[in-house]
Amino acid sequence: MQIEPRENISPWRVVLAPVTAIGVAFFLCSFLIAWTGESILEAYGFLFKGAFGSRFALSETLNRATPLIFTGLAAAVAFRAKFWNIGAEGQLYFGALAATLVGTGAINLPPILMVPFLFVAGAFAGGLALLGPVFLKTVLKVDEVVTTLLLNFVILLFINYLLEGPLRDPMSMGWPQAASVIDAGVLPALMERTRLHIGFLVAIGAAIFVWALMRFTIWGYEIRAVGANATGARFAGISINKTVFLVAMLSGGLAGMAGITETAGTKGYLTLDLSPGFGYSGIAVAMLANLNPLGVVISAIFLAGIYVGADSMSRAVNIPTYIADVLVALSVLSVLVSLMFVQFKVRWR
Amino acid sequence: MANLKISNVTKRFGSLVANDDVSLEVSEGEVVALLGENGAGKTTLMNILFGHYVADEGTIEIDGVTLPPGSTDAAIKAGVGMVHQHFTLADNMSVLENIMLGTQSLWSLKSTVGKARQKMEDLASEYNLHVNPDAGIADLSVGERQRVEILKVLYRGAKILILDEPTAVLTPAETDQLLANLKNMVASGMSIIFISHKLHEVLAISDRVTVLRHGAMVGEIATRDADKAILAEMMVGRKVTRPKAQILEAGESVLELENICVAKKDAKLLSDVSLTIRCNEIVAIAGVAGNGQRELAELLSGLRSWDSGEFRFEGSAVTHPSARKFLTLGFGRIPEDRHHTGTVGEMTVWENLLSEKLGQAPMWKYGKFIDFAASRKKAAELIEQFDIRCNSMETPARLLSGGNMQKLILARTLTASPRFILANQPVRGLDEGAIAFVHEQLLEARKNGVGILLISEDLDEIFSIADRVAVIYHGRISPLLDVRKTNIRQIGAMMGGDMKAVA
Amino acid sequence: MDWLELFLSAGFWAATLRIAAPLIFGTIGELICERAGVLNLGIEGIMTMGAMAGWMWVFQGGSLWGAVMFAAFVGALFGLLHAIFVVHLGLSQHVSGIGITLLASSLSYFLFRMILPDSTTPPKIEAFKPIDIPGLSDIPFFGEAFFSHTPMTYLALAIIPVAIYILYRTPIGLATRMAGENPVALEAQGINVLAVRTGAVMVGSALMAVGGAYLTISAFDAFFFGMINGRGWICIALVIFASWKPGRALLGALLFAGLDAFQVRAQQLAGGDIPYQFFLMLPYLLSIAAMVVIAKRMRYPQALLQPFRRGDRI
Repeated sequence: MQIEPRENISPWRVVLAPVTAIGVAFFLCSFLIAWTGESILEAYGFLFKGAFGSRFALSETLNRATPLIFTGLAAAVAFRAKFWNIGAEGQLYFGALAATLVGTGAINLPPILMVPFLFVAGAFAGGLALLGPVFLKTVLKVDEVVTTLLLNFVILLFINYLLEGPLRDPMSMGWPQAASVIDAGVLPALMERTRLHIGFLVAIGAAIFVWALMRFTIWGYEIRAVGANATGARFAGISINKTVFLVAMLSGGLAGMAGITETAGTKGYLTLDLSPGFGYSGIAVAMLANLNPLGVVISAIFLAGIYVGADSMSRAVNIPTYIADVLVALSVLSVLVSLMFVQFKVRWR
Repeated sequence: MANLKISNVTKRFGSLVANDDVSLEVSEGEVVALLGENGAGKTTLMNILFGHYVADEGTIEIDGVTLPPGSTDAAIKAGVGMVHQHFTLADNMSVLENIMLGTQSLWSLKSTVGKARQKMEDLASEYNLHVNPDAGIADLSVGERQRVEILKVLYRGAKILILDEPTAVLTPAETDQLLANLKNMVASGMSIIFISHKLHEVLAISDRVTVLRHGAMVGEIATRDADKAILAEMMVGRKVTRPKAQILEAGESVLELENICVAKKDAKLLSDVSLTIRCNEIVAIAGVAGNGQRELAELLSGLRSWDSGEFRFEGSAVTHPSARKFLTLGFGRIPEDRHHTGTVGEMTVWENLLSEKLGQAPMWKYGKFIDFAASRKKAAELIEQFDIRCNSMETPARLLSGGNMQKLILARTLTASPRFILANQPVRGLDEGAIAFVHEQLLEARKNGVGILLISEDLDEIFSIADRVAVIYHGRISPLLDVRKTNIRQIGAMMGGDMKAVA
Repeated sequence: MDWLELFLSAGFWAATLRIAAPLIFGTIGELICERAGVLNLGIEGIMTMGAMAGWMWVFQGGSLWGAVMFAAFVGALFGLLHAIFVVHLGLSQHVSGIGITLLASSLSYFLFRMILPDSTTPPKIEAFKPIDIPGLSDIPFFGEAFFSHTPMTYLALAIIPVAIYILYRTPIGLATRMAGENPVALEAQGINVLAVRTGAVMVGSALMAVGGAYLTISAFDAFFFGMINGRGWICIALVIFASWKPGRALLGALLFAGLDAFQVRAQQLAGGDIPYQFFLMLPYLLSIAAMVVIAKRMRYPQALLQPFRRGDRI
C-alpha cells in the first residue's frame, strides 16, 4: 500500500467525502441497532423526527447546538494552531461561574447591556481558565494536552465546592445549585414556547467572526502559519508564543461563552450537570467540520440533532441513548479518514 | 556474469518521472559511479534497489535471483548495503545499538551484546574504521557517523555497497581516507555503487561511470576513457555555465560581528566570532557540517541571541534580536532547509510570498488585513519575474520542486531590497539550471550593493562566487582570506582543523 | 489517628499499591506506544472498554483470568484501530486518539446498557480475592501492606521488570525504541516500521485495557459510569514524568497513588476543616506539577508524533 499526495484536489471530493463518511457511520451503527432487535429504518426514523421533525424538535436541536457551536469553535481555533486545548469543558464552567458571580445580582444593567456584558465576562473567565496551561506551554514547554485535560477535573471539583459551599442558593432547598441569573441577564427567547434563545444567533455571529478572522486578518494568517509549520512561521518573523497565547485566549473565551448560553439561557442557573460534556463534544464538532469555523455551525447542528433525536428515539424504541455517542464517535473517525482521502490517494500493488 | 542487474526500472512520483527505463549492471569487485545532477534520479534508483521504494516497472536481479520489490530486508539478505546521504542513525542511542538493530531475529529473547561488540571491533580493525561502540551517536562527528554507517553495512555482510554522496559531508582529507578504505573493500571482493556529482571523485575511484539525466540513463563509459569535460557534457547535457563573479570594489561595511560568543549550558557553540561583511561582496564560510554553521545562521536570521560580543548593522549596535526586527532592519535570509524553515508547505504560494512582510503595504491594508487583490497582483509579478513554476499561485508551497521553492524564497527575499543577505547552503540539492539561477541572483544583488554571507560546504561554489572566505571549525572562525589568493587545498586543510594552514 | 500514624499504617501502604496497580498497567502501555513513536490519547476510552470487557466476561460466567485475557484482546483491537489510522494512514495522532476515546467509551456504555437495560445499582461480580503469600504475609506490617494483594496487583508489579528487559535487552525492544527515535533507520535495517509500530500500539493498548479491567475485577466488583475518571490522562502525565523510562514510571505511579491514598485519609483527619473537593483535586494538580518539574529535563522520543509512510520521498 502506498499513500501519495494528490496534486489536484477536486472540489466535489471535498464536499462528498464527509457526506459519505457520515453515511458509513450510520451504516456501522445500524449493526448495533440490529443487535438490539429493533428495526433499523424505524429507529433512524425516530431519530430524525426527534431531531428535526417538528417545530419543537428543531428548536430543541438548535438550542442544544448553541453551546456546541461555541465549544466547537474553541476547538477549531486551537487545533488550527496545533494548540491542543482539550479543556473546553472546564472553560465552559468558568464562563458559567462568571455568569453566576456577576449576573445574579452583583451587577445590574439594563438588558441591552447586561446580556453583552455577560458574554464578555464569560469569555474573559474562559480565557482565564486557560492562562495556566498556556503559560506552562509557552514558558516551560509543558504539554498542553495533559494540563488542559486534568484542569477539567480540577475546575469541576472547584465548582462542586462552590455549589456546596459559598455559592449555594439558599432557596435551592439543599440542591447544589447557584442563584438564578437576574431577569435583565436572561437571554431573550427566539421562538415562542421553546427554549431557543438568542444565544444561537450569537453563536452564529461568533462563527462568522472567527471565519473572517482566520481568513482576512494578520492574526488568522499567523495562527494558520504557526499551526502548519511553527519553524517556518518563526523564521518568517511570527512570534510563536504570542500567537499561541492569542489562540488560547480566543479558544478559552469561546468556550467560556458556551457557559453563558447555558447559565443565562437554557438553564438559568449554574449546576454541576450544566454541561453533559459539551466541552468534549466540541472537539468532535470541530473535527467533523475539518476545523472550518463555518462548518462548525453545520456539524454542531448535526451533532445536536443526533443527541436530541437519540433521546426521543430511546423513548420510542428500546435502544440505549448511548447510541448517540457511538454514532458521533464513528462519524468523527470516518470523517477523519475520508478527509485524508481528499488530500491523498492510495495505490495498491 | 553480472552480479547485480537492474533492468528497465521506471518510477513515478505523481506526475514526476524520477526514473525512466533505467538499466544498470554491476559485477563483482567493480566500482560503478552513478553520476548525475541533483534531481537526476540517482538516489531514487538506489532506493528502489535497496527496497525503500517500489518501482512502477522493471526488475532487479542479484546473482540471477529477482529481488522482491519494496523489501529492504530482502535487499539486505541478498547482500545489498546502503550508506544513505542523510544518515539513518538514532541520535539518542549508542553506536552498538545502531549497528545491532535488525541483525537478530526479532523474536529472540536473548541479548547478544557481547558477541556483537566483538564482531564490530573485528570489522573496525579490519577495515580501519575505528569508533567507540558505547558512544552516543549525538556525540560523534560527521565523519565518525559515516564510519558507523559503513560498519552497519559491513556487519550485515554486504557484497554490494551503495554510497550516496558520501563525500558531501567530509573534508578533503577525510575524503581521501574514505576512498582508500573503499579500495580496500573492493580488493576483498565487494562491489561498490558510488553516487556523486563531483567529477574528480568519480574519476578517482570508479571503473565505470553511468550517467543519469532527468531520470533517464544517458550513457555509460569506462572511466579510463573519460575525463572531466566528457563527463560534464554527459551529465548536464546542455550548456549551463555557472556565473562567475566580476571583480568589484567592496564598499562600506554592512554587518560587523565582534567577539560574538554563543553557549548552551557548558558547550560553546560559537566562540569569539568576528566577521565583517561589506557592500558589494560575498563572504563565504566554509566548513564541515556541525561546526557551528547552524548557530551562526540562526544568529544572523534573528532567531538566536548571543551571550557576549558586539553585533553591528550599518554602524549601529543591534540588541534584542528577533526575526521581525532583522527583517525590518534590512536583512534578507535564505535558510538551509527550504521545506521546513523557508516555507510553510500547507499554505499557498502567494501566502508564502507575503509572509516576511506581515502587515506592510502593498500586500496588507490598514496594517492588519490581507489585501487579496494587491497580494495576488504582487505574487503574479514575482512568479513571472523569478520564473517560479507552479500550477497556480493557489498551489500549496509543498508541491513545488526544490528549485522552484528556492526561487520563491529568493523572490520573497530580494523584493524586500535587503542590504545584507544570509545565504545558507542556497544551492544544495538543486540542478545546474537552478544553481546558475540562484548564483546569478546573488551576484546581481552583490552588484547592487548588498553584502552577502554565504555558508557552504561546497568549495566549488565558494570559489566560483565568493570574494573572501573563512573557515568555521568547532565554533571558531578563521581570519578571512581573499579567494583569489588561496586554494581548495588550503581551505580543505583548515576545514579539518589545521588552522596553521592559514599562514 | 494522627499524621504520623497515617504513614505508619499498613492500610495506607496497601491502598497505595492498590491505587497504583491500574496506573502501572496504563502507564507502561502508553509508554510502549510512545516509545514506538505513537501518542495514544485513546487510553481513557480503552481503559473504560477494558473495565467493561473484564466485568462483562465475569458477569457472563467467564473466569477471572479469562476476563483479563478478554480485556487485553479487546484493548488490542482498539489499539489496532488507532494504529491503522495513525501508523498506516498517517492521520493526526492527537485527533485519532481523541476519536478512539470517544468511540471506546461510548461503546462501553452502550454495551453495558444493552446487557443491563435498567438497573440503577450495578450487580456485583465475584472479583479477585487477595492472596496471602505464604510466610511473607505473616510478617507484621509488611505482610498486610505488601504481601496480601490480589494476583493482578502482583501482575502489575511484575510487568515493570519484564518491560525493562524487553525494551532494553531484546531485539524487539531495540526495534521498538528505534521506531520512536528514527523510523527511517529501522527500515534501512530491513525491519518493517509499520509492523513494529502497530505491534507496539496493540500491546500497549492491551495493557491499558488490563489496567481498566483491574478496576472492575480486582479493585471493585462492578462496572459503573465514569469509573475511569481521568486515570488514562494521568497515565499520560506519568509517562512524561517518567521521561519514557519504565522504572521511573513505577516510581511515578507509586508517588501518585501514595498521594491519592493520603488524601482520602487526610480528608478524615482534616475533619471537614478543608472541603473534601480540595483533597480530590490534589492528584490532578500533582500530575500537572510533576510535568512542570520534569519539563526542563525531558528527553522525549525523537520521532514521537511523526508519521512514517513507506515509499515517501525521503
